[in-house]
Amino acid sequence: MSADHASSTISAEVRHLEALLEARGLLDPGEIDTRIDEFAAGGTPANGARVVARAWTDDGFRARLLADANAALPEVGLSMAGGLQEQRLKVVANSADEHHVLVCTLCSCYPIALLGPSPSWYKSEAYRSRVVRDPRSVLAEFGVELPADTRISVWDASAESRYLVLPRRPEGTADLTEEALAGLVTRKGLIGTALV
Amino acid sequence: MTFAPGDTVRARTVDVAGHTRLPGYARGARGVVVEVAGAHPLADDRARGLDVPAQPVYHVRFAARELFGEGDHSVVVELWHDHLEGPA
Repeated sequence: MSADHASSTISAEVRHLEALLEARGLLDPGEIDTRIDEFAAGGTPANGARVVARAWTDDGFRARLLADANAALPEVGLSMAGGLQEQRLKVVANSADEHHVLVCTLCSCYPIALLGPSPSWYKSEAYRSRVVRDPRSVLAEFGVELPADTRISVWDASAESRYLVLPRRPEGTADLTEEALAGLVTRKGLIGTALV
Repeated sequence: MTFAPGDTVRARTVDVAGHTRLPGYARGARGVVVEVAGAHPLADDRARGLDVPAQPVYHVRFAARELFGEGDHSVVVELWHDHLEGPA
């Protein structure tokens, strides 16, 4: 549960349920936190940034990543197998004509195994309800002003796949190393609420 | 029968009693299959404790105008086969 829900009814209910499960010996004290830590272990936006930097510098990898991300991830030492089962990853590439942005309208699905915990705004009702309906305004609030003729595709993680946005490589970066390029990529860029 | 990329489909309008992964905003809307996203047991059934076989899951693209009556963007929703029917 995110920290800003500490006083909410749902948090109290979860704590109560946890206590009941512990009292019946079905759950060890602190087990849920341990499992969450294990699931998120190694997950950080730096992973996504590495994937993007490789795709920017290696056209073959880029093509393999867009065709079958799960098969391509091991090339950069990553996988989507951090959870109970390997999750399918779908990478969507921004272009001059199209901008992608991710959401989970039903809850807060996010590639945790790859990127770590999601930002709190990603889980907010305001973001989840508004970005499917009016993405251009929501993106503008994030400081992303797109040309009027850029198509916007919103991806709703409503089932088993997880998603990652491949941002466009910024101009003037031809001389940068792969590592330096990775340093330009932000978590918002990987969700689609920033250009990079 | 399964759907293939390029097929026009319609999200069902059934009002499920309990958990469903068919978002309310997509019910009854017409979209186009973008890609098959593997096969999984229907989450709506699993939430009811049912042991059900895997069925195809699809990325389906809907025009915002079809979903909300306005907007020039599109929304790609991931839906199970049982959430969809052929265009009527």
